[in-house]
Amino acid sequence: MASLSRDEVAHVAKLARLQLTDEQLDTFTPQLAAILGHAADVEALQLDDVPPTAHPYPLVNVMRPDVARDAGIRDAVLAQAPEAEDGMFRVPPVLGEAP
Amino acid sequence: MSAVEIAAAVRAGERSARSVVEEHLAAIEAREGELHAFNLVLADQALAAADAVDAAVAAGQDPGPLAGVPVALNDNLCTTGIPTTCSSKILEGWRPPYDATVVERLRGAGAVAIGKTNLDEFAMGSSTENSAFGPSRNPHDPTKVPGGSSGGSAVAVAAGFAPLALGSDTGGSIRQPAALCGVVGMKPTYGRVSRYGLVAFASSLDQIGPFAGTVADAAALYEAIAGHDPADSTSIPEPLDPVTHRLGEGVDGLRVGVVKELLDIEGIAPDVAARARAAAEALEAAGAKVEEVSVPAVIYGLSAYYLIAPAEASSNLARYDGVRYGLRVDAPTTGEMYDRTRTAGFGPEVMRRIMLGTYALSAGYYDAFYGKAQKVRTLIIRDFEAAYERCDVLLSPTSPTTAFELGAKADPLAMYLNDVCTIPSNLAGHPAISVPFGVGDDGLPVGVQVMANALDEVTMFRVAAALEGAVR
Repeated sequence: MASLSRDEVAHVAKLARLQLTDEQLDTFTPQLAAILGHAADVEALQLDDVPPTAHPYPLVNVMRPDVARDAGIRDAVLAQAPEAEDGMFRVPPVLGEAP
Repeated sequence: MSAVEIAAAVRAGERSARSVVEEHLAAIEAREGELHAFNLVLADQALAAADAVDAAVAAGQDPGPLAGVPVALNDNLCTTGIPTTCSSKILEGWRPPYDATVVERLRGAGAVAIGKTNLDEFAMGSSTENSAFGPSRNPHDPTKVPGGSSGGSAVAVAAGFAPLALGSDTGGSIRQPAALCGVVGMKPTYGRVSRYGLVAFASSLDQIGPFAGTVADAAALYEAIAGHDPADSTSIPEPLDPVTHRLGEGVDGLRVGVVKELLDIEGIAPDVAARARAAAEALEAAGAKVEEVSVPAVIYGLSAYYLIAPAEASSNLARYDGVRYGLRVDAPTTGEMYDRTRTAGFGPEVMRRIMLGTYALSAGYYDAFYGKAQKVRTLIIRDFEAAYERCDVLLSPTSPTTAFELGAKADPLAMYLNDVCTIPSNLAGHPAISVPFGVGDDGLPVGVQVMANALDEVTMFRVAAALEGAVR
């Protein structure tokens, strides 16, 4: 997959919500292609019978009683926000955006 | 004085915690400008905490096993009300509303937090050059990198700024800088140490672990932070096997395997490989049975890691959007605000990894990259299992080379190759430790890595102690 194109990098950047300059695209494209090129060894392996490992240990759900409680840090958390109002995070307009 | 000696003296009332902290603050004052180990030195808070330890001793109470010992904290560990930056502009101004579990446990053990240490941004890197606040420098030669990502913590211990430090290790970020700075660095079994309050990079790989000047100090710090934590759902419930009193048991009869693939994989310098062989001989002389073993799938570790870790990172770092904390770059709409904030807040390496991960997870490439990498993870675990049937521990170099010049590895892939020996233990979730074992041809420190099976920190530490004894 060393043939990663500049357009593909631009598309991935958009998905990742990054606005890259032309210069950054020129720099990142060959770098990312080289890294994916190194991964060609993994890509080439025949592993149909091998199960994937997502995590080093078998995970089980950890349950706790579903009881509402006051963590007591709402104001401390909101104090960290760039903008907050009436106990909520405030953001610029959301409606009217292109999808 | 070692951390163990300091704690003993403070608990016995022979030395004040305040004098210990003052001594270390003076060491910081003398060399921090040159080395940049810290993003923040907590001088006032450390002195206040030391006074509380001294008051407890005076009142006849025991402040704990690390009484009065200064500890440097990697700046991706949350500290209540104290800036926690991950060396990223995107967390500008953020003060966490809670402490990481390890920070709480250290306080409970009587230790004193002396500062927050520099790292590669979000722990992504192997030199600390990716820090938004500038690189740290190697105390043995300030023209060289200290390694990374937890480079500042390694520098803090190597330069005598703190006898102990905590770092995080996702692909070698404790062990590699420990090797390059000539100190001990250890990654526990995945799940042994709570990740609650560790800012996430790659959640299935991240572990917090100790840096120290000696194996005994590393073991003491490990014991203080390890153990089950209900706040981390991946925390292992099994009780902890204490290690500190077993370090002197020696290696007589232990089976040690030198991993063949990690002696001649891409980029291993001959002088570093020679030190790993010398370590094997030292263990043999101490009574261990040494053989060369093959762990074939480790040769795919680097490629698999650089798909899995970025994939997890791309998901974990989606939270930095300018809404709830840290940097926000204003824009007319929320979507545009996300984009501008992330673009202004992340450095180039973090952007590369987010894009790499986004790509590896995207439709059409998921099976070929992320799915394949997860299967390789299975192969590596199987090959380790086979090796641990023949051997109690495995041995390899920690890092392919000694410390390199700042700016020498501008090519990202060249930088990634630093992690080739350390990554397999992260993929398998196993514990591993780097122990200083002499110097390379350039006179700079070389680390040897001891790997062990899951939850077998005791045997790993015993072998590390034997290596430390052999090199002295």
